[in-house]
Amino acid sequence: MPSILLVPIPPVTMERITSLRLPLQSIFDTDTVIDASIHLDIIAALDMYRNQYNSSILLASLKERFPQHEGKILGVSEVDFFVPVLTYVFGEAQLNGTVAVVSVYRLDDTLYGLPENPRRLNERLVKEAVHELGHTFGLYHCLDYDCVMHSSTTVEDIDIKRDNFCPACSRAVKRHLHARS
Amino acid sequence: METQWDILVVDDEEVMRESLAAWLREDGYAVDTASSGREAIAKTKIKDYAIYFVDLKMPGGIDGIETMMEIKHLHEDTSIIIITAYATVDTAIAAMKEGAQEYIVKPCNPEEISLLVNRIIKVKNLQRENTILRKKLTQQYSFQDIISKNSKMHDIFQLINEIASLRSTVLIHGESGTGKELIARAIHFSGDRSQKPFVSVSCAALAETLLESELFGHEKGAFTGASSQKKGKFELADEGTIFLDEIGDISTKLQMDLLRVLQEKSFYRVGGSEEVHVDVRVIAATNVNLEDAVREGQFRDDLFYRLNVINIILPPLRERREDIPLLAKNFIERLSHELSKNVADISENALKILLDYDWPGNVRELENAVERAIVTCKGRILTEEDFSFLCHNGKRKNGWHAPTNMTLAEAEKEIIAATIHRTNGNIKEAAIILGIDRSTLYDRIKRYGIER
Repeated sequence: MPSILLVPIPPVTMERITSLRLPLQSIFDTDTVIDASIHLDIIAALDMYRNQYNSSILLASLKERFPQHEGKILGVSEVDFFVPVLTYVFGEAQLNGTVAVVSVYRLDDTLYGLPENPRRLNERLVKEAVHELGHTFGLYHCLDYDCVMHSSTTVEDIDIKRDNFCPACSRAVKRHLHARS
Repeated sequence: METQWDILVVDDEEVMRESLAAWLREDGYAVDTASSGREAIAKTKIKDYAIYFVDLKMPGGIDGIETMMEIKHLHEDTSIIIITAYATVDTAIAAMKEGAQEYIVKPCNPEEISLLVNRIIKVKNLQRENTILRKKLTQQYSFQDIISKNSKMHDIFQLINEIASLRSTVLIHGESGTGKELIARAIHFSGDRSQKPFVSVSCAALAETLLESELFGHEKGAFTGASSQKKGKFELADEGTIFLDEIGDISTKLQMDLLRVLQEKSFYRVGGSEEVHVDVRVIAATNVNLEDAVREGQFRDDLFYRLNVINIILPPLRERREDIPLLAKNFIERLSHELSKNVADISENALKILLDYDWPGNVRELENAVERAIVTCKGRILTEEDFSFLCHNGKRKNGWHAPTNMTLAEAEKEIIAATIHRTNGNIKEAAIILGIDRSTLYDRIKRYGIER
């Protein structure tokens, strides 16, 4: 069974990375390992004019750094991500590919002038990590508002959905895992 | 999420193009990309995209507005969203004026794009559903190429099914334009002769000698100009069906020849001595009362009885008014496409004009009226102005002239009786048409002794 590789993209705390390991292992029912051995140069993704980081460049860097990895790779960072056509993204993934990235930046209540809420931040991060990894398993956005693959463009959207797949998306992930194992 | 909708993203900047395409693909759309207006137009010629995202400023001689206009020319119903990095009111107005559905400034809020696409797709799904339902509704009311929800017409459709595979001759009676040939074709194509020829002859269109040669053919030298042998319509229709339209117009001699074909299943070509045997089903049609013609000695009674084995009487359009909206919409759909016009529907007021008109030329006249209206229509919907030619000179109630030789009470009685007859005795419907309440109508029926 192919594993999930968790890669920190500094700036990000190791505590944040480790908090993802068990939930991902449980949801995808596959080994989840952390690889902090490689330093990814985040400056290459910085857009000085927007003061944001291009997540597509980070995806390409991750793929380049782990060409031999058989499973999925998830990069996690605390900087603000964007793709050129959009003002921001929570994360990005290679559809039916191997790599995905998620950002903690916009999941934090303090960004919206609210008190700090570490538990909620962690729940949102797990949901976004599962969502982006779901895309690497070939899943599209799901119409079921409760499913983790439902499209979320605001934190409120993320809070509504569960951290797991609906039955149809779950079956698709299992098919994908068995096909690759 | 599964979807059948295709999207084309047109932008000269690869990062913009690919990031938007990737975002839309995650929603499950099939997304293609084009790096220039020319490439977008080339792709449009081979595929019908539901939504286009077109960058306003592109190099290479053809900008976003020109690209959009060209795409609209190829697929007028498509939705185009103009994207630009420069938000100016002037360019937004220009894009919308030329037919852009939306206008967004990049980089844009992810929520905005998702909502926009969802909204457009929702409308497209409804439009598609509407088209499918309309088609189903039309199919429900159609038999071969004939559309009707009238009960008399449905009885005819049932009769056609029952007699389609028989060899018996059929006589169709109906006013001009009621679709006699369509009925004949329906009989032929519903039966076991459907793979064989259906040959149609208009007996009124040709002079007697020409019609004789047309029906039975001629031998070489049979008359001046007959330079070679020619097969007639009966021979051409062998094993199939011959449709003789306006049979009431044929001469006494031809009536005799026709009788012989029906009895003997054989005939001689003009100028020929060899008997030709054929297996042809004859369907004849007339818009005159052949029984009257028989009584007056203008039509042979033996031929009439031979032809009148199965009799079909087609009601005029004024007696099946419920079919007018159905037929009008069907003509709009077909003729708008044939005439390369963008007309999609008809207004309620225009339909009311069509429903009020008496249609002496029947379905053919309705078809011609819709065609004329489509040709002169400026918008996407036919309005009452487009049918103003039907109302000119008080012709709207065609053939109706105010009686000048009866009392008001007599006129009232006539009108009420005619309306009740038209609604097949339905008092509620008759009261609505007459603009009076039911109790008043019952009172008048009693007062004038009108039969229901």
